Amino acid sequence: MKFELTDDQGDFRSSLESLLSSADTVGAARAWASGDHAPGLALWKRLADQGLTMLATDATPVEVCIAFESLGRHAVPGPWVESAAYLPLALGREVEGVATVAVPPLVPYALDADVADHVFVVTGGSLARATPGEHKTSVDRTRHLFTVSAEDAVTAGDLDAAFDLAVLATSAQLLGAGERILADAVAYVKQRKQFGREIGSYQAIKHALADVRIALDFARPLVLGAALGEVGVSAAKVAAGDAAYLSSRTGLQVHGAIGYTAELDLSIWITKVRALVTAWGTPAHHRARILQELVG
Amino acid sequence: MDLTLSESELAFQAEARAWLAANVPSTPLPSMDTAEGWVAHQEWEARLSAARWSVVSWPEAFHGREASLVEWVIFEEEYYRAGAPGRVSQNGIFLLAPILFDHGTPEQQARFLPTMATGEQIWAQCWSEPEAGSDLASLTSTARRDEARGGWLLGGQKTWSSRASFAHWGFGLFRSDPGAQRHAGLTYFLFPLDAEGVTVRPIAQLDGEAGFAEIFFEDVFVPDSDVLGGVGEGWSVAMSTAGNERGLSLRSPGRFCAAADRLVDLYRAGLDGHDAGSTGKIAGSTGEQVVDAWVKAQAYRLYTWGTVTRLAGGGDMGAAGSVNKVFWSELDIALHETALDLLGPEAEVDSTWLDGYVFSLSGPIYAGTNEVQRNIVAERILGLPREPKGART
Repeated sequence: MKFELTDDQGDFRSSLESLLSSADTVGAARAWASGDHAPGLALWKRLADQGLTMLATDATPVEVCIAFESLGRHAVPGPWVESAAYLPLALGREVEGVATVAVPPLVPYALDADVADHVFVVTGGSLARATPGEHKTSVDRTRHLFTVSAEDAVTAGDLDAAFDLAVLATSAQLLGAGERILADAVAYVKQRKQFGREIGSYQAIKHALADVRIALDFARPLVLGAALGEVGVSAAKVAAGDAAYLSSRTGLQVHGAIGYTAELDLSIWITKVRALVTAWGTPAHHRARILQELVG
Repeated sequence: MDLTLSESELAFQAEARAWLAANVPSTPLPSMDTAEGWVAHQEWEARLSAARWSVVSWPEAFHGREASLVEWVIFEEEYYRAGAPGRVSQNGIFLLAPILFDHGTPEQQARFLPTMATGEQIWAQCWSEPEAGSDLASLTSTARRDEARGGWLLGGQKTWSSRASFAHWGFGLFRSDPGAQRHAGLTYFLFPLDAEGVTVRPIAQLDGEAGFAEIFFEDVFVPDSDVLGGVGEGWSVAMSTAGNERGLSLRSPGRFCAAADRLVDLYRAGLDGHDAGSTGKIAGSTGEQVVDAWVKAQAYRLYTWGTVTRLAGGGDMGAAGSVNKVFWSELDIALHETALDLLGPEAEVDSTWLDGYVFSLSGPIYAGTNEVQRNIVAERILGLPREPKGART
């Protein structure tokens, strides 16, 4: 019984955090949103060199969670869930380059299909190559969504396991995004003064942020517990989605008007959390799935 | 990262499960806050103790098994899964005993711990006063030095003292230095509730039963041998109790996981017994409430394993105890509210769920209100500025 990261896993997390902290991920995300993929693809290559695209096939789900929490915390753009979680298990091999997939009806669009080397769609329970169609604008401007049309089928691995790993990775990403918003909100309320004192000294602000801390603290063990198979991934997604969403709403509220601007970097995470809450299965889908498993 | 139990832990689990299956009363005991129920609960404690299950984590010399923290959590899980009675000795074994182990003299340990373990002596906690609730450090009950007799004379009033209506002994803080302010000049005393000068007045709780009491002290003599820790050091001695009460010990995950499983059973029974929708018994949203309560119970279970890992590695609970307390107290209410929603118009009729619901309502209030806990989370974990002077002195 040891429910904490091993030393190796802790080292992996630290090295990833140090890489991303100095990589201007916000700049890459903003460029990606405006259609300039170059910084994001350069970052993609660095992360692939660190082994991120082979975690799903060569490491454990815990390492996948560590990686995706960092991707969420730093708002790294691109179809990472698709390339590093879903497709490696769906194809039964590591993905070369950037790949994306749509899994309708839960994942109706292929993320960033315009920049992907390989585009897939799951249709009639099997995996097929696909061509991108119409572009759809996401609330998260770094997520470029595309309709797809299926072409020839490809041999597929375990699509259910692939979906579950994508759900887990999205949960970890939500956790990272939620943590980032809380950290930024805490920093802001410590320096912003109104009525002669830091707004973080008011109980209304304190209690709201304490509730975010509590929600994230209890979502994390479900994400890691799901990685170990102790609970289903749906429980992780429900809890991480709720916690991150609470963080985004609270983070916006304590920032006031400046939080409502695109200019403030916080907007990147607020919009990302909103998108991820319904990505890879809505909260209603995952709650229904848990209920089904509970009552049989 | 490993959530599996060792062979010896599994053996411990099997032994606990078997004993509980053979010994837990088949019908619930009467409420421990009635005269009849009090006796029944004390008898249950004696039975637990005779089989050395009453204080599993204590040393063998004091009727324990020297169980590890992991084993303690396992025992609690089995205990609540078996539907075993509430612990009438809880104040003593979970709140006072850790302090006695850390600060008590060998003589005090030998005198108090064995009877606590057997349930022969039940302890009441005496913290709050009429004007000192969340702001405990403003307490005004006094201890005056009685040099001639070698002890102290307690005066003043305590209130909301859990179990004091029937308990034998009490523990609490009194101001032994009248010139000292707030956290300074407080001393931790142990005293029999039938001592001369003590008046206990039971207070009926929301359910009408006397789960707590107010206590009046008029020159109650306490010998030096019943001072716990140093004179004037009461606050720091007591705070380790507060940390325990808020943190791991008082609310083990077993309790919530067992309630969550019963909630799922209740939901399933409603589905089986009624056409969904036709009776209104299974409304659409209650399924989602059941899921949320069940998920949170799992979160609490896993979170606790994380805490156990940290404590076993030499870490301490610290302010995380406040994170814990807010979560379990709200989870407890959510679990029971959902059950009442499922019961529909039957919800107001006496039932185990209703008892549990009424009890759960006290969770966000006792052991430090959830407002105080959120302040602690915000200030000590998030590092937000403290209240300015004037708002808090």
